[in-house]
Amino acid sequence: MPQVVTRTWTQLKPARKAAIPEGLWLRCPGCAQLIYRRQMEANLHVCPECTHHFRISAEQRIAQLCDAGSFTPMFTGLSSGDPLRFRDLKAYPDRIRAEQIKTGQRDGCQAGEAFIKGRPVMLACLDLTFMMGSMGSVVGEILTRAIEHATKSDLPLIVVSCSGGARMQEAGLSLMQMAKTSAALARLDDAGGLFISVLTDPTTGGVTASFAMLGDVIIAEPRALIGFAGPRVIRQTIRQDLPDGFQRSEFLLAKGMVDRVAPRAELRSEIARLIDYSGK
Amino acid sequence: MASFYQLDFEQPVRELDKRIAAAERGASDDAQLPAPALGGVEPHPPAESGELRALRAERLTLLASLYEQLSPWNTVRVARHPQRPQSGDYIALMCREFTELHGDRRYGDDPAIITGFARLGHHKVLMVGHQKGRDTQEKLACHFGCAHPEGYRKALAKMKLAEKFGVPVVTLVDTPGAYPGLGAEERGQAEAIAVNLREMSRLKVPIVSIIIGEGGSGGALGIAVADRVAMLQHAWYSVISPEGCAAILWKQANEQTNVSSAKALRLTARDNLKLSIIDAIVPEPPGAAHRDPAGAAQALADWIVAQLDELTAETTEDLLQARYDRFRRLGEFEESAEPEPTPELTP
Repeated sequence: MPQVVTRTWTQLKPARKAAIPEGLWLRCPGCAQLIYRRQMEANLHVCPECTHHFRISAEQRIAQLCDAGSFTPMFTGLSSGDPLRFRDLKAYPDRIRAEQIKTGQRDGCQAGEAFIKGRPVMLACLDLTFMMGSMGSVVGEILTRAIEHATKSDLPLIVVSCSGGARMQEAGLSLMQMAKTSAALARLDDAGGLFISVLTDPTTGGVTASFAMLGDVIIAEPRALIGFAGPRVIRQTIRQDLPDGFQRSEFLLAKGMVDRVAPRAELRSEIARLIDYSGK
Repeated sequence: MASFYQLDFEQPVRELDKRIAAAERGASDDAQLPAPALGGVEPHPPAESGELRALRAERLTLLASLYEQLSPWNTVRVARHPQRPQSGDYIALMCREFTELHGDRRYGDDPAIITGFARLGHHKVLMVGHQKGRDTQEKLACHFGCAHPEGYRKALAKMKLAEKFGVPVVTLVDTPGAYPGLGAEERGQAEAIAVNLREMSRLKVPIVSIIIGEGGSGGALGIAVADRVAMLQHAWYSVISPEGCAAILWKQANEQTNVSSAKALRLTARDNLKLSIIDAIVPEPPGAAHRDPAGAAQALADWIVAQLDELTAETTEDLLQARYDRFRRLGEFEESAEPEPTPELTP
């Protein structure tokens, strides 16, 4: 049979794609079923067929986790500088601005006081939609302030992580945020505070290797990718295929690295129950 | 100088070496005199002619000026020089009575991090250092300086021991990064590093860290949360290796993108000092540490002892507060009192 080159409308008019409103239906990456978007969204962004947990923004996470309207944002005035005058294929300030326009957020972390099932908490959520939730000076500073605030006010600290790791564009300063947040957690620990770390898809690199793995209790969402090195780097290093389910939540549970794997729908009650056990 | 690693920017030095060798042959009847080996022991012929002396002086000046203005990428290459002294070498040169302590009492003994008590100047210290390995066998055992979780846990276990006895800790950092592999992930590489960061921030004895070669990412920081952090002059320290950064941000790692990313990452000692990530730069002998390991070790030992003299005089409370503040203030951002409206949706 002769090869036939086919052209599609999207190839012909790629600009039109963005103009079309998001589809009512989408294909679930978990089960490949066609699912109704509204139904998936109403189900906490979880596939109603196979319980695939879709990635969500910090804003959506806060709305799902907190008692309605109880979230009071804090440390909202922080935004990135360009200490290194970093330039790869694009200058860092241009990248930041593009991300800010795209997301309407200043950087990749939102924090504030909130209530979860009536219990007061200090909540911080990384935002995957902003530069892959990478941790630079702003994210590190917001987290550190959140930890310090939790320590001072004796509030349970909840951090929901999802991140590609430390932000390369701030190089050494990003690396230092790992030490900064971990040191602040040492003080929370000394003060007898409770820290519940919630790991969601994906949590990797410098974020996993600092505050995310330091929870008094660590809860992971099902099938989330959690690890230090990314799967691609590991595959290149050891030159062999990775076992099925490697670096997924259930794998970490089996290896003793997380306390619980909890579906999204149960996160609120899981957190509330743990707060009660801690007496906070 | 058969198997010597050659750095292309050293070409002028090699040409000078040839002239020195020629002058030596002319000056001496003894044809057995070896050519001056780079990085090896400099031969000292009994009688030096005026020309030879001048050439040697010129060589030293040339080395100093070449290494004074190393580009960031060449700094990385010097930091990875196969004959650059490693933790084991520095410990042998600086310390007396090194008593190595093995194992994390959990899983195994990772040779990529060596730990042990030693005497350094008039101080008793716990030495902790990444080891890359010299010969092929040792390099493989050490995974080229990439530690596993058991290495970080061993380091912490021994640091806790030092804390118990009030012995200060000295760490020597020299790693491309923590090992990315199946076993490392299974045994909690991220958790091991994270716990080290937290525990080192509140260890009740002075900690001094020096990046002696490569300071790659979390694998380096995992033993580098300290009261004083320094870098040897030609070491590098950053959040990722230039190759890793080039592969991600430039979409490919080649000589050209490596040069660009090494520059962008601000990984040299001078840049890190400017960003306050480190507190001092320890100068290396002319032509870098691999040409004069003893000289480099001497400078390093002097700096460490000076820091320990100051730090051991402080109260534990002041020490821990200062350590917390040291890392707390790192990071650059802008802050406005009122949140500005989000940028308008125009391209």
